[in-house]
Amino acid sequence: MLRFIVKRFASALLVMFAISVLVFLIFFATPGVDPAARIAGRNADPATLAQVRHSFGLDRPMPIRYLLMMRHLLIDRDLESFVNRGSRVIPQIVQATPVTLSLVIGAALIWMTAGIVMGTAAAALRGKAADPLIMLVGVVGVSLPAYWLGEVVNLITQKQLHSSVFSWVPPPGYVDLSHDPGQWALHLLFPWLTLALLYAGIYARLLRGEVVTALNEDYVRTARAKGLSERRILIRHALRCSLIPIVSLFGLDFGALVGGAALLTEVVFGLPGIGKLTFDALQNLDLPVIMGTVLYAAFFVVLANALVDILYARLDPRARHA
Amino acid sequence: MPDQPLLDVRDLRVSFRTRRGSVTVVDGLSFSVSPGEILGVVGESGSGKSVSMLAVLRLLTSPNVTVEGEVRFRGRDLLALPDKEMRAVRGREIAMVFQDPMTALTPVYTVGWQIAEQIRAHEKVSRKEAHARAVSLLSDVGIPDAASRANAYPHEFSGGMRQRAVIAMALSCGPALLIADEPTTALDVTVQAQILDLMRELNAEGSAVVLITHDMGVISQIADRVLVMYGGRAAEEGPRRAVFHGPRHPYTWGLLDSVPRVGGPRLRRLPTIAGMPVAPGSLPEGCAFAPRCRLRHERCEERPELSTGAGPHRDACWLPDDDRASLRLTSRAAATDVPDKEREATP
Amino acid sequence: MSALTTSTEVLLRATDVTKHYPLRADEFSPRRRVLRAVDGVSLEVRAGETLGIVGESGCGKSTLGRCLVRLTELTGGRVEFDGQDISTLSTRRLRPVRPGMQLVFQDPQASLNPRRRAGDIVAEPLLVHHYGDGAAVRRRVAELFDVVGLAAAHLDRYPHEFSGGQRQRIGIARALATNPKLIVADEPVSALDVSIQAQVLNLFADLQEEFALTYVFIAHDLGVVRHVSDRIAVMYLGEIVELAETEALYKEPAHPYTQALLSAVPDIDDGTLTDDVPRERIVLSGEVPNPVDKPTGCPFRTRCPYARERCAVERPRLTVTASGRHTACHYPLAG
Repeated sequence: MLRFIVKRFASALLVMFAISVLVFLIFFATPGVDPAARIAGRNADPATLAQVRHSFGLDRPMPIRYLLMMRHLLIDRDLESFVNRGSRVIPQIVQATPVTLSLVIGAALIWMTAGIVMGTAAAALRGKAADPLIMLVGVVGVSLPAYWLGEVVNLITQKQLHSSVFSWVPPPGYVDLSHDPGQWALHLLFPWLTLALLYAGIYARLLRGEVVTALNEDYVRTARAKGLSERRILIRHALRCSLIPIVSLFGLDFGALVGGAALLTEVVFGLPGIGKLTFDALQNLDLPVIMGTVLYAAFFVVLANALVDILYARLDPRARHA
Repeated sequence: MPDQPLLDVRDLRVSFRTRRGSVTVVDGLSFSVSPGEILGVVGESGSGKSVSMLAVLRLLTSPNVTVEGEVRFRGRDLLALPDKEMRAVRGREIAMVFQDPMTALTPVYTVGWQIAEQIRAHEKVSRKEAHARAVSLLSDVGIPDAASRANAYPHEFSGGMRQRAVIAMALSCGPALLIADEPTTALDVTVQAQILDLMRELNAEGSAVVLITHDMGVISQIADRVLVMYGGRAAEEGPRRAVFHGPRHPYTWGLLDSVPRVGGPRLRRLPTIAGMPVAPGSLPEGCAFAPRCRLRHERCEERPELSTGAGPHRDACWLPDDDRASLRLTSRAAATDVPDKEREATP
Repeated sequence: MSALTTSTEVLLRATDVTKHYPLRADEFSPRRRVLRAVDGVSLEVRAGETLGIVGESGCGKSTLGRCLVRLTELTGGRVEFDGQDISTLSTRRLRPVRPGMQLVFQDPQASLNPRRRAGDIVAEPLLVHHYGDGAAVRRRVAELFDVVGLAAAHLDRYPHEFSGGQRQRIGIARALATNPKLIVADEPVSALDVSIQAQVLNLFADLQEEFALTYVFIAHDLGVVRHVSDRIAVMYLGEIVELAETEALYKEPAHPYTQALLSAVPDIDDGTLTDDVPRERIVLSGEVPNPVDKPTGCPFRTRCPYARERCAVERPRLTVTASGRHTACHYPLAG
């Protein structure tokens, strides 16, 4: 077990190093990038630009620049944004984290519940009319792009039907949990539903497939021969075995989302989370912030991968002794 | 007058609805099992032996399946029972074990848990008591260190041990009848011997057994009565000694003759049955075996029924009753001489 | 079982063949372990005979079969075929050897490419070894189909359109295509129904006579192996424990495992076996140990009813007894 952790940790560091180098190189290869111009502001004269370059180390060779940035980011922790002078990257990330977590955890609870219920129901009712209907909902969910759906939701709740049905919907934004739980939930309600709709579809389809396969397995035949009720067989045997791959996938999705993959949802609903932070930084070509958020995301993806592997062994006894 | 049979199947018919129409897999099968006896059901692929037993327990869940006939168990027709009552029969009065022990148990629960689950499905006992019974059942079937094995997962058991555990589970509620579908086919021969010994012991303690297999040797060693199936129908039925020492149906002759033996004379060439086992859905009008039978004649275009009244040893064949032994010799001679370059007609 | 008197010319010789599979240590089981699938097997196959190899799961008979035709690399030992040492030849150097020795597989469904027609499957070895032009190949394939009892109409069909027995015939035709001297058949009838099994066994016998073939016949069914073999090797956990002429083996097994194996087979009692010596009934306890955790000394000692101290310490070598039988046992039951 210890060897496992050490190996994973080492590979995580390697991955993050590779990503950081890649981001760095891509940034400077991007046309129209001149951080000095960004920092100095518009219409700065060449002298100011040169001075800015020098003080930010932008006139040093690439590897040095890279090392300087990494030092500031990770060791001194005082890396500053190019765009918002004086505001440091790390505190920005820290501030954005609870927002993303609120969004993702809430949505996850909704989509997992909905996905499991829909998938299991469709599998149990396979062949009957309800099955394709449930799957249709799933397909729709998967097909709708998050940003479009979000905009449409906003359109309906904020404009069209705001005065009538959705008057209770607050304007886009975020309210801190500790500040006002009620408002916190209210602000997050539609973002949750929007994000969940996409993933619920994926998970329902996947689970349905797994459960249908499980129902044709020998151990289900044995369970029937034992005289167990169909419901018990479905949930205790078929579903339990089908959850294993689902949980693995969930771990990976969750990890990616925590790292900021719900970018467009946050932007559309005005939630100042990691995703929005990344989005703004990309728009402004704000390298330090980009670097920070990308590494943050990479970290969570790698962590999620490792945890999923461990979790898999916990869930499936066969994997423990392989 | 024998007691009322434990299981009395009459005119069982199982058909599947496929794209090509209706396929009959079991075609008017009748047989019975007496309390405490071992009935060996032997046949090749397409004989319908497995499907008929699955139908008895109503384990054919596909919506395309039609099951007709009567399956009387302890006087009640199982095919007419409401689902809830049928579930009370399954696992408790009739239990079934299947061929492949490697996939028979749910991988995510311990063996003890799964046995306890069956007990608690049929009897009102506490978890603790059910678990204790599970442990003692495992020990009864010869699993060493039963207490700790009960907390192990199925994949931690070897094939033979797993089959024992499955048998223990099947017998946990003391069923009157155990149906075993090829229970030793996937096991090594030395392990098979152990499992067959186990089944003999369990049978001695009172359970009747229906043992489905393609292995004539196994039947020969363990069955009280034998049912030979072909093409979804009964070809021959009778006490073991009678069927093995004096088989009456040409298919049975063919089966017995074509198995290479461990003892007795070594033959240069094995007598064979021409052609291939009939596929369900291609059953001819008359006798199912006629296309492959060397002694077929015009009468065979009419389907023979299992002869009634001729004592316990019956067959479904039009050949004259009193001449079977010599007819068998003729048939065997013909079977060995024909060089085996037969063109197998693909249907 | 061949009708020809077998010559004493040795066609295939295996000397101390071993095949080990190292198991990767991973995070859950850090110990590096070795699976000794074949652990020092020596045997000779004489031209024209059928050598049967029998054993239960984990005995290594299938792996041995592949080693003998060099379908896999040997970890150690030597294999000589037709006078040539093929133990360490590269794939390229093996190519001219291959037509002489062919393999028939167990699972007729899995060993035929489902996307190719039967005729093409059988033609492939001919094309690979440059048998001749298209017409010659076609003629040969038609000839082979006829020999194995398939019709010309079958040439253009796909594997899934055939029955199990027919698929096995296609596999046999393929093996015969290059006119081999040796055919290694790995459980060729195990997946077949009893009545079809008899047909295919008869086919093997006829082909052996017609083409002067030598067989190595691997099976787990003792009745089948007895029927086809002149001599039989019994394997257990990667080793040969007994090697003898068929009748001698069955009438008077020398190794305790052979005795137990024969005792365990449920033979048909049809009232004809009055002249046979009644077999002593031995039911072995336990199961075949995991080949990864092979017992020290004699591999069979953990289940042997006659095991003594020496058996745990010293591994018995296959030695020839006075009557010409080979046994690997410190206390054989027969001489």
